[in-house]
Order: sequence, then structure tokens, then C-alpha cells
Amino acid sequence: MTKRVLMKGNEVIAEAAVRAGCRHYFGYPITPQTEIMHYMARRMPEVSGTILQAESEVAAINMVYGAAAAGARVMTTSSSPGISLKQEGFSYIAGAELPAVVVNIVRTGPGLGGILPAQGDYFQATKGGGHGDYRNIVLAPASIQELYELTVEAFNLADKYRNLVMILGDGTLGQMMEPVAFRDEESIETVAKDWAVSGRQGRKEHNEITSIYINPDIMEALNNKLQAKYREIEKNEVRVEVLQCEDAEIVITAFGIASRICRNVIRQARAEGIKVGMIRPITLWPFPSKTISAVASIESVSSFLTVELNAGQMVEDVRLAVNGSKPVEFYGRMGGNLPSQKEILEKIRTMAGK
Amino acid sequence: MTMTDFSIILAGFGGQGILSAGRIVATAALLDNHEVSWFPSYGPEMRGGTANCGVVISDSIIGSPVINDIDVLIALNNPSLEKFSRQVKPGGVVIVDSTLVTSVPEREDIKFFPIPASELANQDGNMNFAVVYLLGCLSAASECISQEKFEEALKDVLPARHHHLIPAELEVFARGKTYANVK
Repeated sequence: MTKRVLMKGNEVIAEAAVRAGCRHYFGYPITPQTEIMHYMARRMPEVSGTILQAESEVAAINMVYGAAAAGARVMTTSSSPGISLKQEGFSYIAGAELPAVVVNIVRTGPGLGGILPAQGDYFQATKGGGHGDYRNIVLAPASIQELYELTVEAFNLADKYRNLVMILGDGTLGQMMEPVAFRDEESIETVAKDWAVSGRQGRKEHNEITSIYINPDIMEALNNKLQAKYREIEKNEVRVEVLQCEDAEIVITAFGIASRICRNVIRQARAEGIKVGMIRPITLWPFPSKTISAVASIESVSSFLTVELNAGQMVEDVRLAVNGSKPVEFYGRMGGNLPSQKEILEKIRTMAGK
Repeated sequence: MTMTDFSIILAGFGGQGILSAGRIVATAALLDNHEVSWFPSYGPEMRGGTANCGVVISDSIIGSPVINDIDVLIALNNPSLEKFSRQVKPGGVVIVDSTLVTSVPEREDIKFFPIPASELANQDGNMNFAVVYLLGCLSAASECISQEKFEEALKDVLPARHHHLIPAELEVFARGKTYANVK
């Protein structure tokens, strides 16, 4: 095994992107993810890449659009309020079918909010945020090692589907250090980008990247094409971790940092004789509805508990997946407060009637 | 030794080297083949403001990097002692820089080790040594960091231009250990 090094989440994102072949980074600083740009400022020149601090988040995402259209592996990163500003660009990237990687190290909201960790951007990340019928692939890492793996994967998925891939982290993941083992060589899946606007290169016609289609039939055809792509992604790309659900009475659903806290809770609850399991979605879109639905049909499972750092967002998707077959309860904290193991355990005891 | 979510909080003012000291503890544990996480207080922190970091060391996957129940608290100012001492587990350890921390934890069920770390560092002519005295004490009070791994971690974390300080740091570390014997 390669040597494990202790690194901060934000730095791991930047290093992973470079290793995945990202040679263009456009950003605008915002806590708690600015270390990504710091790291890029040092690292990109070593690989003859471009790092540019744009004049705004809107400029940065449109630079991403441009570099992606030219066929480059490109990334921008920000945190909640900055991500809101980028939403128009996300919609254009969806319409033009461009591969791009965006990282959102979520802080609290609404508004300017605060800089502490939160998961209040789940709706925005998974249900749109920008206008029109589109989907972003959303990856939710829960450890620094996974942050590395998924950042590399994000670039492969983006190219494979010509789609925006978002990594949804939070302030804890961005700021914490954990060991990470980098591979000697990355598995970069190269895709021929014969659609890119990078000169005619001997072709008769020039390529065109656009998202404007005035003709309703052409616009509808594009939408149908996008929807077919999204169904394909739903079929192929669901990632989920299922933990001790075989004999569980109560199944926790949680993603990212909330799932980390719940891991400890499971251990404690089981020591008290309450059988708790967990489903941890790694892709928030496509959502692991089938896995949740299958676990809901296990006889021993009496109820679900969704734990999030928000007022209850993913819980809506869990309820759709459970489809009324079992009760789904919710426990959340907001404002940058993390739920303690004790709080969640208390909720579990109440649910178990203990 | 085996560890299950052994949790350490280092807390004090920004600029005292607390985040770096936590990083050295975490690196030493990693070099000792443990799982480890390090999580800082972050945000509008500044020199003179409060700063803290939490290190979790374990032999299985670490659940939360966020610490609720503390095994060892290292406090470098009064507000930190006040803020965190109630979260220390019964039987846990509290180490303070007694040059700066004038209060005493109001608990009978913990082990308390005051060291005049800043005063000692001042005598040594290098204020950066203050946290090293505290880490030495940590080593003797909890066994979560050995002198050997501390040395390896220093080589790993410190830029090469500071490596000439390592022998002195090791000496300070060893002196810090002796303070864990005093009640």
C-alpha cells in the first residue's frame, strides 16, 4: 500500500483534481474552501496548468463553461452563497452538455449565513437551483480518502456523460485532516471529445457549443436527449453504502459528515441492544431509492431515521423511496451546530421505546 | 497500545502553535499505524483570538472527527479550561500551561497536570517550546504519543529549515514528561 499522508480535505480535493488531469481551475475565495485555491496556486504551475482568481463567482463558472467547451478538464469550487451565484452557469452547462466539476463545501444559510458546516444545500444541489429540466450528478464523500477517490471519479463521470458533477462536502470535510493514500497512477478514463470547440482539426464543419434553441421541436428533442441521459445515469451510477441493515430495527439514513457521527451512534445503540443500521447515499443524485426501498421491505426494520445538518431535505427523498411502508423520522441541527452522538442516540432510544 | 476513539482537545489563543501541535500528535499517531482525524476550529480566527483543534486516535474507523467527550484536554488559557473541562471524561486528563492558566478545574474525578510551560519556554529563549513541554506531559500522562514517534512526526511536519531545532525539541519533550509525575 502507498504511504498514507495526513492532509486537509480542501487540499486533497485540489491534489486529486490535478491527478485526475484537471489543468484549469477558476475560482473566487470563500471560507471554508479557500485552501483549495491556495493549494492550486502552488500546484498548477508545476503541471503547466492554469489557476485564475476570477473577479466573481459568475465569471468563474463562465470560464469553466469556456474551458469545458474547448475540451479541457476544468473545475471550480466555492461555498454556499458562491454556489448560488453560479447556478445560472450550471444551467447553461447542462443545456450545452459540458463536462465540468464543481465543489460545494457547504456552509450555513440562508443568506450570507455563517462559515460553519451545514447540509442545507441538498435541495439546491440535487433538484436544480438553476432553471430548466436538468440534473447534476452529486457526490457526497464522508472521509478524506473518499474525497480523493470521488474527486478523481467526478472528472471521469463528467467526461463520460458530458455532465456537470458536483461534490457536496461541508465545512468539516473541507477543514479536517485525515490520512489519505494516493495511488501511484490515476485511472483516468479518456474520452474522445470530438464535439469540443478546439479548432476544426480537419473536419468539414466546425463544432458548435450552445444552449439556445428557438425552435420548440429542436428544444424538445434536446430535452428528451438529456432525459434519456439522466435515466442512463440513474441506471449506472448509483453509489451507496449499506451498513448493518440485515437485522436492523431502525435504519438511519445520512450522508457526508452526518453519517460519520451516526457511525458512532450505531455502535453505541447496538451495545445497548437496539439494532440500528445505516444507509449512506454516496450519490445524492442519482439517489439510491431502490436500495432504500429494498431495506424498507426487510421485516425486522420498523422505522427509519434521517439525520441531516438542515431542517429536513434528503428526508423527502427517503420518504419517497420508503413510500409509506415504514415511518420515517427526522433529526437535524442547523446554524453550523453538529448533532452530538448523545442527541441522536436519545432520539433512537425514544423511537425504540427505551 | 490499542485505542478506541481516544480524543484530545488542544485549546488556547491563536499563535501559540496549538493547531501545529495537534497536527504533530495526529502525525505521530498515523506513523504509529493508528487511524486518526484532526479537526480545527476555523473561521474568523485571528492572532490573540481563541483557537482549538481536536485529534481522534483509534484502531478502527473513526466515526466523528468532532469531539463531545474528551480523554485529554490541553488548555493554554483560562477560557479554554472553562469551556472544555466539563467535557472531559471521568478519569480523563487535563494538562494546562500554568503560566497562563490561573484557574483550576473544579473536578475531583480527573487527573490534573499543571506545567509552567510558557515560563519554561521563556527561560529557554524560544516560546515555541511551550507546547512541546505540554506534549511531553501528554506523552507521559496518556501514552498516546511516544518520544520516538514525536521525533518522526517532527521530521515529517517541520520544514527542513527547522530540522536543526529537533534535538532541542526532544530535550524539551523529555523534560515535559517529568511534569506528569507531579500531582
